[in-house]
Order: sequence, then C-alpha cells, then structure tokens
Amino acid sequence: MNISDIKHWLKKNLFSNWYYSLISLFIFYLLLITLPPFLDWALIKATFIGNSKTDCQPGGACWVFIKVWFEKLIYGFYPEKEIWRVNLAFLILISTVTLAFFVKSKFKIYILFFLIFIFPLIGFTLINGGFGLERVETRVWGGLTLTFILTFFGIIVAFPLGVLLALGRRSELPIFRFFSILFIEFWRGIPLLTVIFAAAIMFPIFLPANSNVDKLLRVAIGISIFEATYVAEVVRGGLQSLPKGQYEAAKSLGMGYWKMNFLIILPQAIKTVIPGITNTFIALFKDTPLIILVGLLEILGMINLAKSNSYWLGLATEGYVFVAIIFFVFSFSLSKYTQSLEKKYNTEKQ
Amino acid sequence: MTEKVIEFKNVNKWYGKFQVLKEINFHVNKSEKIIICGPSGSGKSTLIRCINGLEQHQEGNVFVQGTELDKTLKNIEKVRGEVGMVFQQFNLFPHLSILDNCALAPAWVKKIPKKKADEIAMEYLTKVKISEQAKKYPGQLSGGQQQRAAIARALCMQPKIMLFDEPTSALDAEMIKEVLEIMIDLARGGMTMVVVSHEMGFAKTVADKVIFMDEGKIIEMQKTKDFFERPQSDRTKLFLSQILR
Repeated sequence: MNISDIKHWLKKNLFSNWYYSLISLFIFYLLLITLPPFLDWALIKATFIGNSKTDCQPGGACWVFIKVWFEKLIYGFYPEKEIWRVNLAFLILISTVTLAFFVKSKFKIYILFFLIFIFPLIGFTLINGGFGLERVETRVWGGLTLTFILTFFGIIVAFPLGVLLALGRRSELPIFRFFSILFIEFWRGIPLLTVIFAAAIMFPIFLPANSNVDKLLRVAIGISIFEATYVAEVVRGGLQSLPKGQYEAAKSLGMGYWKMNFLIILPQAIKTVIPGITNTFIALFKDTPLIILVGLLEILGMINLAKSNSYWLGLATEGYVFVAIIFFVFSFSLSKYTQSLEKKYNTEKQ
Repeated sequence: MTEKVIEFKNVNKWYGKFQVLKEINFHVNKSEKIIICGPSGSGKSTLIRCINGLEQHQEGNVFVQGTELDKTLKNIEKVRGEVGMVFQQFNLFPHLSILDNCALAPAWVKKIPKKKADEIAMEYLTKVKISEQAKKYPGQLSGGQQQRAAIARALCMQPKIMLFDEPTSALDAEMIKEVLEIMIDLARGGMTMVVVSHEMGFAKTVADKVIFMDEGKIIEMQKTKDFFERPQSDRTKLFLSQILR
C-alpha cells in the first residue's frame, strides 16, 4: 500500500463529501482529546512492577493492584491448593470448544452432547468436589470462575427451557399455551434483582427448615428461568416467521409434533434468531455481577472487595477498567462466534 | 376387483360461518387418477387437504385406506405415512440439502437406516431427473427442479396415494412441462393420484375421472372423456369454455 492508495482510501471512506468530512473531523477531535490522556494513564505513566500500592507512580494506572489481586479476581476464595481443579475444568471446556472448530460436522453433534450433558457433571464434580476430591463449599467460589459457571449454567438451562416455553406458547392445547404465557409474562415482568434477591433470601423461608438447597444453586436457577423467558420470546419470533407450508410439508410426511419441531421448525426458527439469542446470552453474562447483592462475589464483586481493602484504597478505576476489558473480550468473542454461525448456516439466500 | 382407497361420505366443513365444503360424496379406487378443477375459492384445495388431515371436516366421514379420519386425529400419522402430498409452493425444507429433504422422513418416520434412506432418496431423485442436484439446497434450484424434488420427497415415503395441490400453478410455462412429464410417468406407473389442477391437457392424458367444483359443491363428476365431450351442467360448460380457449 503506497501513499496514493492511502489518499484514495481516505477520500473514499472519510472525506467523500463535505458533511462526511465534518463528521470525520469531529470524531478525530473526540479521539484526540480522549485517547492520548487515557493511553498516557493506562500505559505510559502506569506501574506494572511491584507488590504494593506504594510502588505505584502517581498520575498513572496502578496495574500492580490487578497483579496482586489477580488470583482472587479469577478464583475468588477458592482454596489455593485446589485451584488446579478449576483450571482443569476450564481446560476441558476450552479444548472441547476449540476441537469443535476443527472436526467434521458429523462429530460436532457428539461434542455438543458432551458439552450439554457430560461436561456439566465433570465440571461440577471437579469444582465442587466428590469422588475422592475434597469438598469445596460454594460460598468460597468466586471471581471470573463464578462468572463463567453462572453464564454456562444459565445458557444450558435457559436455552432448552426457553425453546420449550416458546413451543408451549404456540401450542394448540390451551392448557400448555395458558401456562406458558403466564410463566413467561410473570418472570419477564419482574426485575432480575428481585429474582436474585427472592431466590437467595426469601425462597428458603418457604422451604422446610431442614432442607438445604445451596444458595448459589437457587440464584443460578432463578437467573436461568428469568433469561429463559427472554429466550422464549426471541424463539417465538423465529417460529412466527416460518411459513405455514413448512408445518404442512412436515405433517404430510407423517412427522408428529416433536419430529416436526425438532427436525424442521426449530432448526430454521433458531437460525433466524441467532442474533437475538446471542443478545440474550451476552445480557446474561453481563448481568451476573448482580449477584453481589446477595453476597456472592464474581469478578466485579471481587474488585469491589479489593478496592475497599485498606491497603489498596483509591484504585477503583483500575479495577473497573480491568473488568470492563474482561467483559468486553468475552462478549465480543461470543458475538463474533455467533456471526460466523449465522454466515455458515445461511443456506437460503443464494 | 376395485378397491376404494379414498371415500368421502356427506362431508361438510365450515370456516366459522362460511361453508367451504357442502355434502361432498365421492370415492377413489386403487390406481385411479382423479383431477379436481374449479374456480378459485371453490373448495378444491380444502377438499384435497381433508384427505391427509391438514384440514378437518366437521360432518360426514372420510376414509383413507379403510381408516376413518376423525377429529381425534388418532390415525392421522398412519394415514399420512401412506399419502404423499405435493404443494403449490413446493414447501421444501430450506435448511436441508435436496438429498436430506428426501431422506429425512424415511429415516426418522419409517426408521430406515440413514444409508438406506439416502439410497432410496437417490433412487427417486434419479426418477425425477435431478440426481445431480442432490447436494444443493432448495434455494439454488429453479422452480421446476424444486417441484420435482418435492415430488421425489413425497415418493420416498413410498406412499400408496399421491395428492397434488395445484402443483404447477407457481411455475413458468416451460417448467410446467417438466413437472407434468414426471407426473405422467408416475400415473403410468399405477399410482393412485388426486390432483387439483387446471392443466386440462394433463387431465385428458392421464385422468380417469374429472371432478368440477364450485362454491363448495361437487357440480359434476364424470369419466374424463364424457367430462370434456358431454358436460352436463351449464356451470361446467362455462368453466370449460373459459379454460379451454
């Protein structure tokens, strides 16, 4: 690429007429007044080496804070000598997901089956304990680990539940339809904070005194049901976009309700609403910090804890910037991944 | 010996207050080819869709292969397994390749092993002369090719009866020909066929009987030759004069 190419590109993309030029200049101006000070703070004047706040230079970011607290931010209060179990669980998860990119589509179904049915058991056993592994109470789970656990649990529960609710809402049997509408409208009509609060604090009141359903599990189920209703409405949109002929063709081939839906209707409906479902899952991921309200500390909760530690006061900005980057990286990756799915499954518009 | 494979006895059907089918009585014998024609809104599509339960009648009896279709839809999947249907808008499954469109129902409904189901699919795709398109998706095919694929899809279930609901109405003139050729082949092979169509040339070539419907009633039902040469009712004469111009 030489100078004239660059000139051409600039003219074509940024300065093609006077108002585009004006907008471009305005954006350059905004970048100019915000970016250099930020980079100056975040990189140039920042301190990366050291072990305490006193090592940090004034005027720059104190990344030492993140470095020292890093383990807590990732694992919460999980016992140090058992951390390998969390790592192993995530290693299995990441390698399976990576594997899914490289194998033939025929085997992808097995990987999906593994992720949905087998991995949760393995992951839970590893992180929670059992089968000879020492038990680790859920109250010490925390940090990014907890964020991921909640998100993963939320997705694998909310998605199938949401699909069933969407089918229920369109069922020809009034009882299913009525129940689904009631369920969806109820859960969708209350704030997520209320759900979390109720699951953690109020729900145990209604349980028999000696029963002991884990608080984290209650909250996770609450969040999953809440998000499932959003998934349901998104999927319903997809179902409604399908022409009646698809149902009729499936029926005329002798398919019953479940075969028709799972082989013909849902694959098409879900495909058209991938963006909406992604949206819901990203929202779920970003909603997890709300559990701080009931004393469960995922990564943002850990930052909150760390910044109020008397040795590290005044470092909230570093903490929030770090968490923002983490959330952005994962949300953006999920978004990019699902965009690639959309392209891949787009067989209709040739 | 003739065997009644479809029988309608005093069938009535309403959409709300509007009566779409009025006192329908007719039967189809094994291997017979029946053409149903009539102006739009005359109830011919509704009639044919009552045969495989896509629509339900409210009064009277419908028997298919000796099984009565009642409101409980208890026997409906059994009947649908033996009755293939081809639609005006093809209704192929756009998310599946042509081969999978054809092999899906045999594999999942009849529980034929996948490999065998693929073989059956290829056999019928060859029969409708689009085996070379098997790996493509419906969106990549012309209308005529899609309709032939849809015929192959229905045939893969090895039905005893084939229903065609205006199979050529959404097609261009040259594509109509390629679809009709396939249907003529099928008719000569002895298939029992009920066809809603205005293709009178096709009717003259293959039909045993022609039914003319108007306003939900069967106005005239005659052997093909008689239908065209000696139509009884004025309504039929008018219709024929319009359509045979």
